[in-house]
Amino acid sequence: MKLLSTKATCNSHGQDSSYFLGWEEYEKNPYDVVQNPKGIIQMGLAENQLSFDLLESWLAKNPDVAGFKRDGKSIFRELALFQDYHGLPSFKKALVDFMAEIRGNKITFDPNHIVLTAGATSANETLMFCLAEQGEAFLLPTPYYPGFDRDLKWRTGVEIVPIQCTSSNNFQITESALQQAHEEAKKKNLRVKGVLVTNPSNPLGTTMSKSELNLLIDFIKDKDMHLISDEIYSGTVFTSPNFVSVMEILKERNDLKDFDANVSERVHIVYSLSKDLGLPGFRVGAIYSENDMVVAAATKMSSFGLVSSQTQYLLSAMLGDKKFTRNYISENQKRLKKRQGMLVLGLQKAGISCLKTNNAGLFCWVDMRNLLSSNTFEAEMELWKKILYNVKLNISPGASCHCTEPGWFRVCFANMSEDTLNLAMKRLKDFVANNNGEECSSNKRTRSTQASRSFSRKSLSNWVFRLSSRDRHEQEER
Amino acid sequence: MGIEIEQSHPSVELSSIAISETHGENSPYFAGWKAYDEDPYHEITNPSGVIQMGLAENQVSFDLLEKYLEENSEASTWGKGGTSFRENALFQDYHGLKSFRKAMASFMEKIRGNKAKFDYERIVLTAGATAANELLTFILANPGDALLVPTPYYPGFDRDLRWRTGVNIVPIHCDSSNNFQITLEALETAYKNAESMNMKVKAVLITNPSNPLGIAIQRSVLEDILDFVTRKNIHLVSDEIYSGSVFSSHEFISVAEILESRQYKDAERVHIVYSLSKDLGLPGFRVGTIYSYNDKVVTTARRMSSFTLISSQTQHLLASMLSDESFTDNYIKINRERLRKRYDMIIEGLKSAGIECLKGNAGLFCWMNMSPMLENDTREGELKLWNEILNEVKLNISPGCSCHCSEPGWFRVCFANMSEQTLEIALKRIRDFMNNKDRKDIEN
Repeated sequence: MKLLSTKATCNSHGQDSSYFLGWEEYEKNPYDVVQNPKGIIQMGLAENQLSFDLLESWLAKNPDVAGFKRDGKSIFRELALFQDYHGLPSFKKALVDFMAEIRGNKITFDPNHIVLTAGATSANETLMFCLAEQGEAFLLPTPYYPGFDRDLKWRTGVEIVPIQCTSSNNFQITESALQQAHEEAKKKNLRVKGVLVTNPSNPLGTTMSKSELNLLIDFIKDKDMHLISDEIYSGTVFTSPNFVSVMEILKERNDLKDFDANVSERVHIVYSLSKDLGLPGFRVGAIYSENDMVVAAATKMSSFGLVSSQTQYLLSAMLGDKKFTRNYISENQKRLKKRQGMLVLGLQKAGISCLKTNNAGLFCWVDMRNLLSSNTFEAEMELWKKILYNVKLNISPGASCHCTEPGWFRVCFANMSEDTLNLAMKRLKDFVANNNGEECSSNKRTRSTQASRSFSRKSLSNWVFRLSSRDRHEQEER
Repeated sequence: MGIEIEQSHPSVELSSIAISETHGENSPYFAGWKAYDEDPYHEITNPSGVIQMGLAENQVSFDLLEKYLEENSEASTWGKGGTSFRENALFQDYHGLKSFRKAMASFMEKIRGNKAKFDYERIVLTAGATAANELLTFILANPGDALLVPTPYYPGFDRDLRWRTGVNIVPIHCDSSNNFQITLEALETAYKNAESMNMKVKAVLITNPSNPLGIAIQRSVLEDILDFVTRKNIHLVSDEIYSGSVFSSHEFISVAEILESRQYKDAERVHIVYSLSKDLGLPGFRVGTIYSYNDKVVTTARRMSSFTLISSQTQHLLASMLSDESFTDNYIKINRERLRKRYDMIIEGLKSAGIECLKGNAGLFCWMNMSPMLENDTREGELKLWNEILNEVKLNISPGCSCHCSEPGWFRVCFANMSEQTLEIALKRIRDFMNNKDRKDIEN
């Protein structure tokens, strides 16, 4: 058998095996209101399906665009040949305007500083290639999106060192957690190149506070490193506090106007249309940076993952329609708010609470600690399986997001109809009601023990290279 | 192209990959593009501008595509009983749209005159062949390992195969003595070279038909290469991106045919790269594929393709187009004929200017021999001539040195990315240039 590279064999895809199981079970028995009303309801998929009608109606009003026409003339040839990695200028302009609109036009972006990539998956990997060597590290606050283990580490050889966040302060980043993470990296002889945060957070569904953002800026300024802010969910903020981008903070801070600081050259934003617009299939991601060298290098690297010119053109027209975008952004947020409200209420009725600071995203960070048989990840897995097999809901266990505390789950609400959501909540309510008789609840809230932490590390470092039909479900959903 | 940045204070550190020159954009291949961008030919507004002959694009068959789109609007829209917008927009499965993979497999079969079969389950989709080649390199080799690539080769490989992967290219030197064919001797020499530099050879990568030579590799040579990689227990990557651009179908032999004739013995070391950028003229749509006979490679490549998926909107369009058999049969046939006609035109034109080319049978370019014109039989001599042709004749062509050709004086000249009229003008300019040179020689 011919040898493959180390990347292909050892570290393969970085998959948590429980995640596979959830997908597999769902695929075997997917809920359908008519054909399979007892099937598994998918709540592990962070998709935004609430606002397609708005997109479809725009398309119906602008039929020429999908047909490669501009002002009545066919531009098919032009588009078919357009492979310039600088991207379609009209699309870049429309995209940066959209990004500014989402931020209440409190900041503007220069289209010459944007790099287009085939999705945020590609953007994040590209930034790693640009900012770090193999063997160097980035700090990430936990819990984080499981896909980062693949996106940031796989082909780049870069390491992730977690910044441990806890429920004691709603999982916000603290100075001591940052310092601790930095120390841990030092102990492992890892040179830290920067911090990567997702704001709004996946899986928490919260926006970062100004003080957290300032903390991060202070940290990278002091340690001379980069900050990547993945703002893929920036358009999904549905209630206060308003979204504050790290770019705004940079603008505000006077200490950074000092020439030698050049902190603004070390802050890079990642964006995508997969969540806000619900277009994950179209592969539209972007890197935004004030650092010319990063833009130059990332632009060249984007050759390996360019956005289809057909898609760039369609979206340049759609996002260039300011009336449409303004309406879309606000309507989409309204619908998300309503949907989240339904989920929270449903959970409440089942006696389950979720992170009260949830104000964004396509999911809730749900607290099921009091349903655990013990304060361990083993118990979390047990509970997760019960919910999967008995309650027939596929949700994401906190362990797969590297959460330090067992008992938290990410539950998505925007990828199904209202009726389906209500059904899911009913099932959960029944489950909890039946469960209450069985579980003892005395020591549920003790702090994580060493044992549970090391168990989680063990279960998560089991990269198994598999060749099976499970491969269909390996794709991490954000 | 490089960006000039004033660094008046120490810049923050980027990775060595980010600051390296391995992206290769400082080579003459790219410098010629710059000259063209600054002074592009236009038949009305800039008739004395630079004519771009360094771009291997296929512009001869767009009318066929446009006609298809006009008659089949459902391919570029949604609903009406077909795929819904919602469904398409949500589809990000790295397996790719099944209908598209099937259409691709069938298209690849037709191009090979149905002499080989392709299983759509072995097709992995990537955003262009650029991504496919890099991805395969990540999978087949570790940093520091080597791929053997016959010279002359596509300049982009220096970036695609080496830049982020850290893998080396060791050239298999080919020369005009046998029309630049790959020999067993050259393969062995390259292998030994790599070994002497302490590099583990992981694969041979060929482009068939060849860029920049414009020739389909002969069956016996393919058999030899296959035997060689089997003996050495290494992989073979066959980039067949120009397979639909062979002027007559029976002249192209794909490695897939040879494997079939061998009952797929040892096939799991072979991987084929394809793309619609050349045959269909759609480089902007970013459609590439890896076809591998190796299960592990297929699985791993699929996972890695997450970094470079094809827009589902584009997959939908092309699934429709390529599953329309009457369209594809007609397209393949007519495209071939038109390319052949263009090729004949340029060969005649160059001949009448006193310039010989390698006898080609494929591709969007010809491999022109200007070695008799060199002042010095060196790389510098070649670049001097190239500069003359760029600045005085106002033609951007690709010098052989940018393709790592071991013999100076050869140039790749593209013919399918312009109108026939423009090609005539380019040929006239060459004729005039050659006539002047003759006159100068006589005067001297």
